[in-house]
Amino acid sequence: MSYLTDRKRATGMGSAKTGTEHFWLMKVSSVALLLLIPLFVFTFGPMLGETHENVLAYFARPFPAIVAALTIGVTFMHFKNGAQTMIEDYVHGTSQKVAIIFVICLSYAAAATGLFAIARIAL
Amino acid sequence: MADVNRGNRPLSPHLTIYRPQLTSMTSILTRITGNAMLISALLIVWWFLAAATSPEAYALADGFLTSWFGDLVMTFSVLGLWYHTLAGVRHLIWDNGIGLDIPTAEKMGWAVVIGSVVLTVITIILV
Repeated sequence: MSYLTDRKRATGMGSAKTGTEHFWLMKVSSVALLLLIPLFVFTFGPMLGETHENVLAYFARPFPAIVAALTIGVTFMHFKNGAQTMIEDYVHGTSQKVAIIFVICLSYAAAATGLFAIARIAL
Repeated sequence: MADVNRGNRPLSPHLTIYRPQLTSMTSILTRITGNAMLISALLIVWWFLAAATSPEAYALADGFLTSWFGDLVMTFSVLGLWYHTLAGVRHLIWDNGIGLDIPTAEKMGWAVVIGSVVLTVITIILV
């Protein structure tokens, strides 16, 4: 026997929380990446397998350094939100919370590491 | 909603009884490519950190990424990257309420699949 009304049971369940903001963040980051990814592929790509001196000299230049920094930052924020959506679909209960917290922490840690490395090379 | 008697209602048709369709396959591939690229993203961060650290660390990271195994991972990542990018464009189009009918969705699905292979070949040639 339940004392809750049907309306009360439904409120806050499923996607009826903060979906709009999540959707908007994904949309903005995907549009940004649409521009950044081609720039990154064709600046970072040729540097793979180059000598250490060449890599340091190349990413000390403003354009490749800024493209790489923006790509790494925006990519991990896009990943954070996208992976959270996947986890919400397949994992439930406490494991869901654990997985989402792990993904968010990993995303920020990886983004910070990448930005630190590029700053150190560029500056 | 543990206190609700759901009764013995029929369930909606389950995923397993469907014949694979282009629309569902391209949809799940978007999710798989997007999440699998975490591996390559972390490898690239490692590469940058190694380059910022020392020539020895760089030699190790760059040696791994340009080994046959690294090449394999990066090639599949490029394919996944272009696939996910084009599939994302399809989502940006759909967001406007355009192209949601099945013939158009399937046409765009093929465009995503073929386009990602073409872009991958171009990337391998240029990079």
